[in-house]
Amino acid sequence: MILTGAEIVVETLIEQGTDVVFGYPGGQVIDLYDALYTRSDRIHHVLTAHEQGASHAADGYARVSGKVGVVIATSGPGATNLVTGIATAYLDSIPLVAITGNVPNSLIGRDSFQEVDITGITLPITKHNFFVKSVDQLADTIREAFAIAKSGRPGPVLVDVPKDVQKAAFEYAAAAVVEKTPQRKAKDDKLQKAAEMIAASEKPYIYIGGGVITAGVSEEITALADLIDAPIGCTMMGLSAVPNENPRFLGMEGMHGHYASSVGQDEADLIITIGARFSDRATGNVAKYARRAKILHMDADGAELNKNVSVHLSMECDIKDALGRLLGLVESRQHPEWMARIAELKAEEEKQLREITPEDKLTPYALIREVSRHTAPDTPVATDVGQHQMWTAQYYPFAKPRTFASSGGLGTMGYGLGAAIGAAYASGKKTVLFTGDGSFGMNLNELATLSANNIPVVIILMNNGVLGMVRQWQTLFFDRHYSNTMLTDRKTDFVKLADAFGMAGYRISEKSELESVLTKAFAEEGPVLVECMIDKDEFVLPMLPPGGCIEDIIVKVEGE
Amino acid sequence: MEKKYVIAILVENQPSVLTRVSGMFTRRAFNIDSLTVGETEDPNYSRITIYATGDDSTRKQVMKQLRKLYNVKEVKVMEHDKSVHRELALIKLKNDPQTRQEVLSAVDIFRSKIVDFSPSTLCVEITGESSKIEAFIALVKPLGILEMCRTGIVALERGSEFLNSDTCVK
Repeated sequence: MILTGAEIVVETLIEQGTDVVFGYPGGQVIDLYDALYTRSDRIHHVLTAHEQGASHAADGYARVSGKVGVVIATSGPGATNLVTGIATAYLDSIPLVAITGNVPNSLIGRDSFQEVDITGITLPITKHNFFVKSVDQLADTIREAFAIAKSGRPGPVLVDVPKDVQKAAFEYAAAAVVEKTPQRKAKDDKLQKAAEMIAASEKPYIYIGGGVITAGVSEEITALADLIDAPIGCTMMGLSAVPNENPRFLGMEGMHGHYASSVGQDEADLIITIGARFSDRATGNVAKYARRAKILHMDADGAELNKNVSVHLSMECDIKDALGRLLGLVESRQHPEWMARIAELKAEEEKQLREITPEDKLTPYALIREVSRHTAPDTPVATDVGQHQMWTAQYYPFAKPRTFASSGGLGTMGYGLGAAIGAAYASGKKTVLFTGDGSFGMNLNELATLSANNIPVVIILMNNGVLGMVRQWQTLFFDRHYSNTMLTDRKTDFVKLADAFGMAGYRISEKSELESVLTKAFAEEGPVLVECMIDKDEFVLPMLPPGGCIEDIIVKVEGE
Repeated sequence: MEKKYVIAILVENQPSVLTRVSGMFTRRAFNIDSLTVGETEDPNYSRITIYATGDDSTRKQVMKQLRKLYNVKEVKVMEHDKSVHRELALIKLKNDPQTRQEVLSAVDIFRSKIVDFSPSTLCVEITGESSKIEAFIALVKPLGILEMCRTGIVALERGSEFLNSDTCVK
């Protein structure tokens, strides 16, 4: 059938399995929005308050659903407002397709109104991008964008469609959902070598990252850990892949990792790394990282092998296939001494935790644990970036894969609210957002989106009146020079703010109020904001100083 | 240890491919000493030759990151002993009766040629490996180089090794 380019865009999105898109209309996408209007029974568009919010929503949608997230924006400022969201998805390998309008081909390159070279701008932060010059390439380009976004190591792809291409007519015939490009299979001899390394190890440590969630291998990971009697540690991106209640699970390692996880990794003699990329936040000083261990590294992206850390055995592979085959090659092992040492480290961690979380105080720990009593195992949890994010990563008991949406690689403050919106649409469930007064201030305009669509997001806002993470660094490394990290002068009343946006708002100032207020908040049908007053001298601990190693670990800090 | 190396890259002949390739070098802080790009025997592909400096692990990273780019079809190191490396330079010199004879003998010895001659200037075209061109430049520099441009290295493997395995005649 003959359709306009704009109609072809929307039909191709539907054809590729998109049922929700996030975006914001504008001059160069009016045609596209008209095509969405006439197809609103088949594809739901969520209008956000700002294009950045839409980009984070599409990202959160992708993280929770496992599908490709789609965001639409107009040319110029609409397109540039997507940049932070696209970069966030790029750093965390999230499949995203961003569709932007642009000025007609005849006006390209003339500095026309709202013209910007968005393919040029997003070149280093996309897996690939396209400028669609003519309508005959449009449908196939969008299909290719989906294939690239979800294949191998996923990532964002941008498709820029000039207005004349949206208006032009062309034949459209629906096609099948594009398949992921098959990944390279691990070589037999390498898997054999891996099995030998595992057999020779007395202190194995399984180390998982976001690639494990992408590959959907949670069961294989726990099976391997049981078979070889090893603990499991993870990067922040690997959280939710293995249930926290699994006794082998040590949680996140690295700069703000769990004590047992970080120290355990340092003491291991073999680190079996799966779908992680040895980011500086995870390794600290690479020269002193994993000094006692051999490293085995499996990843979907060959360029991650031997990039940040030199490893003993590396495999660019389809992780699911490789783990399945490896399980058949590995023999059952018992490491009672090693597991006893791990138990000792966990006990030490418990002791440290008790010291920094007095019973009667409204600590982040108490708050997060109480929130978790009101959530289900499949409740999506989004965060912003900063102290509250690290506390959530440390203390929230994740139970199922794809229940955690947080900006890892880019560390995008302002990510959370948009991401929670996307997560709620992806799951159709009540969603929790943990945020801080700093991050929340960046994109709180999306409260309007929550209200307009009555999206069931419970916002847990930890208000300590400071930019806590930067302040923590200032306390530890900058002689307590609290340069521009005090927010108390803002005088924002978050409960009134919630009211102004037409949603319920609560405040928790004492620990005694926790249970009753959270019970009320979680009973609300639609969006709700809960402000929790947190002491500004709560620190994220333990902490490995930047560029430091395990001996430098900080487990206690005195406040002001 | 830092070494010089030459990489041949077969890319789809599309707009912005050169930016994607050179941009990857910039944002990952890899150096480029020279870069050339041109048509190949197949109009669907262009060939980029990059001359760069780096240690072994950097070179491997460069190759892997190049392979991740969507318009890149093939990436290969052009080993010096297994391939032909060539560069061309145009060098404009002062046409001075006192030094002309010296220039002419240098041109002769280096098997280069004079491609332009005016009362005040002469222009030499020289082709060869970069080391030969550098030796020539060193020789004529004292005689007054007015202007110079170099193409950067192009390279092709010797014998029956090919970059584009689809179109090559096996």
